[in-house]
Amino acid sequence: MYRYTDFDKAFVKSRAAQFRDQLERWQCGQLREEDFRPLRLQNGWYVQRHAPMLRVAVPYGELSSAQLRVLARIAREYDDPASDVYRCAVEAQAKLGSTHLPTHTAHFTTRTNVQFNWIPLDKAADVMDLLASVDMHGIQTSGNCIRNISCDERAGVAVDEIADPRPFAELMRQWTTLHPEFAYLPRKFKIAVTGATEDRAATDWHDVGLRLVRNSSGDLGFRVSVGGGMGRTPMIATVLREFLPWNQIMNYIEAVVRVYNRYGRRDNKYKARIKILVKAEGQRYIADVEQEFRQIVELDGAPHTITQAELDRVTSAFVPPETVAEATGISQADAPAVSDRFARWMRRNVAPHREPALRIVTLSFKRLGHAPGDASAEQLERLADLADRFSGGEARVTHSQNIVLPWVPASKLFALWEAASALGLASTNIGLMTDIIACPGGDFCALANARSIPVAQALAERYQDIDELDDIGDIDVHISGCINSCGHHHSGHIGVLGVDKDGKEWYQITLGGADGSQASGTAQPGKVIGPSFSAAEVPDAIEAILGTYRDLREHQEQGRYERFIETLRRVGLDPFKAAANGARNKDEVLA
Amino acid sequence: MNNIPRFQVIDRRAALDAGQPSVLKLPNDADPMTLAGELAGVERIELHFPHFTDGRAYSQAYLLRRRLRFTGDLRATGDVQVDQLLQMARTGFSSAVLNDGLNPTEAARHLEQFSGFYQRDLIVDSLPLAAARALEPGSRSD
Repeated sequence: MYRYTDFDKAFVKSRAAQFRDQLERWQCGQLREEDFRPLRLQNGWYVQRHAPMLRVAVPYGELSSAQLRVLARIAREYDDPASDVYRCAVEAQAKLGSTHLPTHTAHFTTRTNVQFNWIPLDKAADVMDLLASVDMHGIQTSGNCIRNISCDERAGVAVDEIADPRPFAELMRQWTTLHPEFAYLPRKFKIAVTGATEDRAATDWHDVGLRLVRNSSGDLGFRVSVGGGMGRTPMIATVLREFLPWNQIMNYIEAVVRVYNRYGRRDNKYKARIKILVKAEGQRYIADVEQEFRQIVELDGAPHTITQAELDRVTSAFVPPETVAEATGISQADAPAVSDRFARWMRRNVAPHREPALRIVTLSFKRLGHAPGDASAEQLERLADLADRFSGGEARVTHSQNIVLPWVPASKLFALWEAASALGLASTNIGLMTDIIACPGGDFCALANARSIPVAQALAERYQDIDELDDIGDIDVHISGCINSCGHHHSGHIGVLGVDKDGKEWYQITLGGADGSQASGTAQPGKVIGPSFSAAEVPDAIEAILGTYRDLREHQEQGRYERFIETLRRVGLDPFKAAANGARNKDEVLA
Repeated sequence: MNNIPRFQVIDRRAALDAGQPSVLKLPNDADPMTLAGELAGVERIELHFPHFTDGRAYSQAYLLRRRLRFTGDLRATGDVQVDQLLQMARTGFSSAVLNDGLNPTEAARHLEQFSGFYQRDLIVDSLPLAAARALEPGSRSD
């Protein structure tokens, strides 16, 4: 993973010191709450339903074992609410039916960051110092600025990779970090970058989506799409360039962001994202960006052109772990399937690697009794140990809220499976019904209209039979507690959206959304199948939808069935709608 | 770009009392490029922040300095607080009128919280060595 330079380290420490100064001025009344708020947000500090929330940046999802241990320490020592804060929170949530609010826990997010829900604000500066000690921070994880850049969890190790996107993601991280012109954009701004033929980063759902491609001459460049986004107006990004030479990418992004900074709406925060500007202005926005890009190149002297020397310098900072050198050139067969469970794990959780002797392993953080993507202090410690023993000290957060170990020698797969099983992290549900993406929802988030975690839990409880899960097959189930769509419900094959009706929690179900992966098809938002469902009805409605799929699916080649999304695309929404509607009228309260 | 005045932090009362040399006030939704060819004799351009979270004037400042080569005083007015002075100085502002009640002397330390940045600023005489290493060597023209 990227090795921080002395400059990078000093920079993060300066930022921590600056935040401490701002926090202290706020605490002693020199800085008003409304003036402090945008400053703390740009350092990752929210104030949520019950307590502050910290979002820690994990650039392109990469974590070292040393960083995992510091995250574990923060979970253990700081994610610890005062007893009165916790009591009030538990009482408030009990009224909604929640029986458990985890503390001392980290949460992996859909943009591959890490969140903590209970750190008191008066400990905030100490936590930032602790993070800085392992080159971590919360810079631009919130606020109306260019956010942490997300990437492909298999970057640099994927077999379908055109070029490693991480050096570009790192150059973008540097260029966007505390960029003085773009600190106060109309709204948040998210960039995703991938270098593989499979889009594992949902690029078309981002404000800027970048895919490394080669043109007909074999030159490397970016496909650039702009103006994707979820929220109340889901929009798929518009392609501005099918091919932009790689060395021009920062000049081009500067043009994209400058035009947005100048002309994006600031009168209505619901219409302030770049997607609204792109939709409203259409071709004129594109023409403005192209003109601004020409001027940056011709009049400003193309100041952000990436030289080969600079790309080489940053690329060389991504040092592969020693396991790679040890394993290079040795072709390694998979371990023999000593048990059915291990064989399933090999099929579901283990992927090929660009080095024939290595594998990419996904550890499941979708377990009964835990919110999707939650990891306790103890689990983070053990995860760090697994990363050290099996993956050259590196782990990655995935956008589906699991963890990937990217450098596992094939010869160690069985030992890893045993160790992960003992920790409850070897569930073979990757890509299946219970690999649910969910936001923290109404148990933690101040914006949520309804809770997400209990819905995810109810579905997880219902689908514990691994044979049944395998039979249902690949499916994306995404749950958001409100229209801000942090749980990516728009892109789920089955999407669940929490809505508030008369102070009660209700849920809209959408079908047919796609994140843009090959199996899901072109990125698109799902369609609402009718009036909202009560919390108790949701699992029944989804069971009915899945039953309809099993009734209607057809055999494909090699004895496999159509996937859920394929059947849905072939037969249309109606039979699924009818099935879901038949599951209404339950009035039990969901615990 | 080196003949641009050094960044000044100004007390609001002092700004009000000052005489008005050839000053141009630009609303923050105006296109600075319309001023091309009209900047002769202009000594100061004032760019307005209706609220400190409205960042349009940063892009205006960039365009005035870089694209139109304006070398006079570029002044930030409106909601100017100490925590944004650094961004102003880095995008080409040369002075800023602080909100009432803020101390210009105290404010100066907020300009010195970092030893360097990843981007090359519009006005820099010399970058610290460490920061220079993080930049793209030889690719900048200013």
